[in-house]
Amino acid sequence: MKRSFFQSRKIPLAWLLLTRQPLRLLVALAGISFAGILMFMQLGFRDGLFDTSVTVHKLFDADLVLISPRSKSSISMSGFPRRRLVQAMAHRDVIGTTPVNWNFLLWRNPESLSTRSILALGFEPGDPLFKDPELRRKAKALTNPGRVLFDKRSRDEFGPVSEWYEEGRLVETELAGKRVRVAGLISLGPSFGADGNLITSRETYLDLLPGTPPGSIEIGLIRLKPGSNPEAVVTSLKKSLPNDVAVFTRESFIEFEKNYWRNSTSIGFIFTLGAVMGFVVGCVIVYQVLYSDVSDHLPEYATLLAMGYKLKHLLSVVVREGVFLAVMGYIPAYIAGLGLYSLVRSSTNLPIAMDLNRATIVFVMIFLMCMLSAVLAMRRLVDADPAEIF
Amino acid sequence: MTDFNQKDPISIDINGLSHWFGKGVNRRKVLNTISIQIRAGEVVLLTGPSGCGKTTLLTLIGALRKVQQGEVNVLGTQLGDCRRQERQNIRRQIGMIFQGHNLLRCLTAEQNVQMGSDLLQGCSYLSRRNQAREWLRAVGLDDHLGKLPQDLSGGQKQRVAIARALAARPKLLLADEPTAALDSSTGREVVDLLRRLAKHQACSVLMVTHDSRILDVADRVLRMEDGRIIPSFG
Ligand SMILES: Nc1ncnc2c1ncn2[C@@H]1O[C@H](COP(=O)(O)OP(=O)(O)OP(=O)(O)O)[C@@H](O)[C@H]1O
Ligand SMILES: [Mg+2]
Repeated sequence: MKRSFFQSRKIPLAWLLLTRQPLRLLVALAGISFAGILMFMQLGFRDGLFDTSVTVHKLFDADLVLISPRSKSSISMSGFPRRRLVQAMAHRDVIGTTPVNWNFLLWRNPESLSTRSILALGFEPGDPLFKDPELRRKAKALTNPGRVLFDKRSRDEFGPVSEWYEEGRLVETELAGKRVRVAGLISLGPSFGADGNLITSRETYLDLLPGTPPGSIEIGLIRLKPGSNPEAVVTSLKKSLPNDVAVFTRESFIEFEKNYWRNSTSIGFIFTLGAVMGFVVGCVIVYQVLYSDVSDHLPEYATLLAMGYKLKHLLSVVVREGVFLAVMGYIPAYIAGLGLYSLVRSSTNLPIAMDLNRATIVFVMIFLMCMLSAVLAMRRLVDADPAEIF
Repeated sequence: MTDFNQKDPISIDINGLSHWFGKGVNRRKVLNTISIQIRAGEVVLLTGPSGCGKTTLLTLIGALRKVQQGEVNVLGTQLGDCRRQERQNIRRQIGMIFQGHNLLRCLTAEQNVQMGSDLLQGCSYLSRRNQAREWLRAVGLDDHLGKLPQDLSGGQKQRVAIARALAARPKLLLADEPTAALDSSTGREVVDLLRRLAKHQACSVLMVTHDSRILDVADRVLRMEDGRIIPSFG
């Protein structure tokens, strides 16, 4: 027989146990929130760092991207024949392509004269490269040989290039052993693989890297007709192009790069470990609170058993305490997480934000944490012997 | 005192009950072939020196311990054959009042009593709450519904415990020195109240007490010594 809500409704014992001991509740909630915040921060930093590995990738004006199947990441790009882009143009949805050269060159700091590796992109100055229209204006300066556009957000180790340039000084330095002149500043931002970036014309690029085989490029950008389905074009290009190129959508190209950093470095592991630490600390605190709660109330639980309440009922009280703690502890953790993310965003360049995925993961972790602790604390209930309370 | 005739049904029927504590060389007989009958609605007091086994007997009747030897029939059920699950169900029909009141500290008087009436199946939340209030009124605590146990006096707490035990509408009430923590006049009040309410419910009462001043509330007094019931005179 199914009993109605009003017939099965009972005194909310779990809720009252928690709320009538405000100090203990506060300790538990502080512990859970702390664990939650730790998880939010660690996972946020992890994802944020992976995001910075694709700073430049995200700027490309492309719907599809061709790379060599031998390229494993932005720090080890191999070349493929530029002809493949021309072949891709044959597809009726493709409306434009941009061949891009991509390599690391040694940049000499014009002030300290020490050298450092910088990411150099080479392209035809007339072609669209980035979505940002700013570059199109500045690219005209690249038509003269030996000119580069320097990323003003490059790290300071490359020298006071942007300061000098803005002061109106002529900034010349050595790139891959050849003299180049800074013909403008752009704003891209450093990434995991590259501490700094510069853009130059294909002509200058080939001059700097004379070993580059003719007609070889590292990245091919493909733009599609508005409204076309990128996935479908990828499938058909994969079929029609030889297997010396790999075809990606813009998103999967970005994912490909992130995955490299995720899987072939220990960054992911370190931050995941941090999150796990938060989980463990939370478990210990919640377990302590629930265990001492059960211990303190053992005679009362035994009384309930003597009155005819089932052990199952008492176990469910502990589980419910766990659920309440999880929900009440998550809310402040979430709010603090939002606040800390915006603090990190404003004080560093890390692109870190709350997303549904992470919010869910942390909630599930907190929930598990409370349930695990509740189950462990329940073992104490077995000691509640109703025969001993008289 | 009421006279109970042979026609009244028997609530407790104990035959040749023995109980041991400890293992091996430490094994000690605490109850020795006890046989008693208590009829429905009867109020029986159990007295005897400390350590003679009164509490042990009470826990056996209350289905809180396993019967080792002998027969214990409570409210028509043989406890010796019962499994844990069944013993749990029997307990719902037995009200228990302890020496310490054992109220739930985090619940108000009203909520504590409702923990008793919550055991009743098929009643709505509201009616169970009203019953809890009724019982508190019956024990004279209608002004203290929302108070936590820590804000109540010893006598008041014990009265809440009585209300809680009765709220589950038991057919049998077991009380172990319910007046031990109370001064004599409060103790007297509590016991009188207990008797009055139990009689009203036709609920039998088995109460352990050391307090010789309250023996007169009983229909019958059982004396125990060294694990045996001493035959009464008259
Ligand atoms: N769990 C136990 N394990 C071992 N021995 C026990 C246990 N409980 C009680 N005893 C022993 O059994 C005997 C009877 O104890 P019981 O508590 O029934 O006495 P009592 O008559 O209720 O005494 P009091 O008036 O002091 O409450 C005592 O000698 C006691 O030491
Ligand atoms: Mg005793």
